[in-house]
Amino acid sequence: MKSLTINGVAHDVDAPDEMPLLWVIRDMVGLTGTKFGCGVRQCGACTVHLDGEAVRSCTTSVAQAAGKKVTTIEGLAGDGNHPVQRAWIEQAVPQCGYCQSGQIMSAAALLSKTPKPGDPEIDAAMSGNICRCGCYVRIKSAIKRAAELA
Amino acid sequence: MRRDAFLTVTGSFGAGLALAVAGCAPRRTATVPDYQPSPEPSVTFAPNAWVHLRTDGTALVMLNKSEMGQGVYTGLPMLVAEELDLPWERIRVEMAPAEERYADPVFKDMTTGGSTSLAVMYPLLRGAGAAARAMLVAAAAKRWGVPAAECTTKDGAVHHAASNRTLSYGDLAVEAGTMPVPKQVALKEPGRFFLIGTSPKRLDVEAKSRGTAQYGIDVSVPGMVFANVLKAPTFGGTVASVDDGAARQVAGVLDVVKISSGVAVVASNTWAAMQGRDKLGVTWHDGPNAHINTPQLFADAEKAARTSGVVAGKHGDVDRAAGRTLEAVYKGPFLAHAAMEPMNATADVRADACEVWAPTQVQTRSKTAAMKITGLPAEKVNVHTTFMGGGFGRRLDEDYVVDAVEISKAVKKPVKVTWRREDDIKNDFYRPMSVNVVRAKLAGNKITAWEHRVASPSIVKRWLPPMFKNGVDFAAVDQVTPEAYAFANARTTYADFDPGVPVGFMRAPGANWNTFVTESFVDELAHAAGQDPLAFRLALLSPKATRERAALEQVAKAANWGHPRTPGAAHGIALTNWGGSIAALVAEVSVKGKDIVVHRATVAADCGVVVHPDIVVAQLQGAIMYGIAMAMTAKITLTNGRIDQSNFYDYTVLRMANAPAVDVHVIKSTEKPTGVGELGTPPIAPAIANAVFKLTGKRVRQLPFSDGLA
Repeated sequence: MKSLTINGVAHDVDAPDEMPLLWVIRDMVGLTGTKFGCGVRQCGACTVHLDGEAVRSCTTSVAQAAGKKVTTIEGLAGDGNHPVQRAWIEQAVPQCGYCQSGQIMSAAALLSKTPKPGDPEIDAAMSGNICRCGCYVRIKSAIKRAAELA
Repeated sequence: MRRDAFLTVTGSFGAGLALAVAGCAPRRTATVPDYQPSPEPSVTFAPNAWVHLRTDGTALVMLNKSEMGQGVYTGLPMLVAEELDLPWERIRVEMAPAEERYADPVFKDMTTGGSTSLAVMYPLLRGAGAAARAMLVAAAAKRWGVPAAECTTKDGAVHHAASNRTLSYGDLAVEAGTMPVPKQVALKEPGRFFLIGTSPKRLDVEAKSRGTAQYGIDVSVPGMVFANVLKAPTFGGTVASVDDGAARQVAGVLDVVKISSGVAVVASNTWAAMQGRDKLGVTWHDGPNAHINTPQLFADAEKAARTSGVVAGKHGDVDRAAGRTLEAVYKGPFLAHAAMEPMNATADVRADACEVWAPTQVQTRSKTAAMKITGLPAEKVNVHTTFMGGGFGRRLDEDYVVDAVEISKAVKKPVKVTWRREDDIKNDFYRPMSVNVVRAKLAGNKITAWEHRVASPSIVKRWLPPMFKNGVDFAAVDQVTPEAYAFANARTTYADFDPGVPVGFMRAPGANWNTFVTESFVDELAHAAGQDPLAFRLALLSPKATRERAALEQVAKAANWGHPRTPGAAHGIALTNWGGSIAALVAEVSVKGKDIVVHRATVAADCGVVVHPDIVVAQLQGAIMYGIAMAMTAKITLTNGRIDQSNFYDYTVLRMANAPAVDVHVIKSTEKPTGVGELGTPPIAPAIANAVFKLTGKRVRQLPFSDGLA
């Protein structure tokens, strides 16, 4: 049994050490906002926070996460109204929406360290997150808006 | 007011409308608790299959089109709300079950594709809303004892001005259900629209910003197990032998079953299924396609384009036209769709019924496949449509549904099958490769002849055989001889070049490649004639192409044609027609060594009446990005019948750092609405190539640019 703290709630999961956090979160804990996209840290759809840092949960083992605070899209803000989420809604960022949990988690981590990011900081922080719908114009714009709302 | 009232209204109307609305009673399908919260069960009256009015004053719109990001989840309900005069906040949406009454009137089944949803559903859903409104008015008029013609509707209520009385739809819903369903309804004059042409909040934006939207991969069914499938390394390959001993030792693995597409490992979670799959020892019969190699395919296809092919279209006589001949050969690779949500589906096959949950563009095909596998009749097979994490045409095939149904049937449990990204890249129905030989004759500034010879695998032959006529795939030759241009003599040929690689529709099929060829070659001809590419195109336009002319002129003005903002950059231009919509695009591009930088794309688009302007803007922004991703570095190649690419590290797509700014200009139009989901994809690659030529003098005739500029 591993003890995990996800969104402030303790979970005991029967998972082998090397099992990726992604699949523990999705298939064992049942939080499906965190998405599977590539499995090899290429697309960012599975991004969660580990003690506040953005990590790719597809290549983070459950052993690495044990004892740390895991935050998923569901726990980013209790009411779902984190400034990044408010900006996303205001600017109608999502199209298919599948990558957006990961985009939002990456953006929130960026803003927690760089409250007023410019284009180079945004490009650097967000280029690990692929959006096949091509919402990049709005993602960038919404991050700047979220910086104002924060 | 009885909240549990449920009155069935049958009937139909259609006269006065282009399309009839099937008027069946609503039959609510059961939804699984974890899948999608069912709306309040207070359906009160349903004048037709599409709209259910409730006593709480809300209306439930049944959606027969799949939401994959293109905005039907918002745009289609707007049509009902408009005619119903119902505030946007009172609209609810539910995906329609896969039943005949929800068939698309053109496709004759439930299919979402071809950028046709809004165009086809526009009169139908407006009519559905108008019928409901007429019944509400009739109910109010009856209660008040006044003529219906004296009643008006606004904000979800019926008013009678003369007596200053008002009744809300919620209060009228039960009585409205007893009114006759109108045989004919008048639709609003566009001048009276309160909602169409505005951009109300997308109905899916909150769920998609909070991680609560339910995609296929998120489906959870009680007792469900998880599966992953090892598929043959070659197309048409089959299992020779299976050693599953090691796989069965993996913790969590429950079963290993052979299915038609390979060997499935079933486990208590997705990861365990994948671990088990990696421990399988499978030998394969390679089948007939183990000797496919990409360089040979291009050589063979060029030969086919030059020497074979049937005439797909012609006018005049290209052979007798005067002028000097120019020829170019363009080569485009297979491409994978690479939607963000890997292929997946969930099925629960029982002795007497089958439930399928799928992120699919083809509910009817999915249902038919499930019926075939299970032997169950239509009424025993239910297909539940989830949100899709991207479609782009990939989910016009139902192979992932077949996986789920076959596995569930074998293990007698509900099963969710999830593909790995590598399975998705290696088992796609690819955008066809194509070799295009284009020739033109130029006399002075005039193109006197245009000949376009295409060799590419046919999608239509497999997917829609009745439409494969006289050896011609209509999609493969789309836009090869653009109607907008007044070529005095033209000929198009098509060679059905079939090397055994599965092909399927991908965003703007046909046009996403052919427009690259035609708009690049028109640019070649402009330069050969010593003409400005914009002026050359304007001179070439047919007199009928007034919308194309307007789009070219508007984009040239908006982009300040020929005067890029970025020092050292150049402009390239391209024009496209997709499904009746028109886009002209100017790309502002720099070249640094072998790197192409796209700074900005300016697009002017005409898609007729605009229902939700912000969705139109979003679709153009996104489709342009998709087009850049298709052109820059992406390619699918084969070595000895095996796909060389695996994942996003070797099938590279567009990331934020390389995404340009996009300026969208939507042309005001009163023409009927036409599609916009694919329109932005075709013109971006040729616009980039044309700018690259201006900068470097090098004509890119092979994509991706990473190869073509090498």
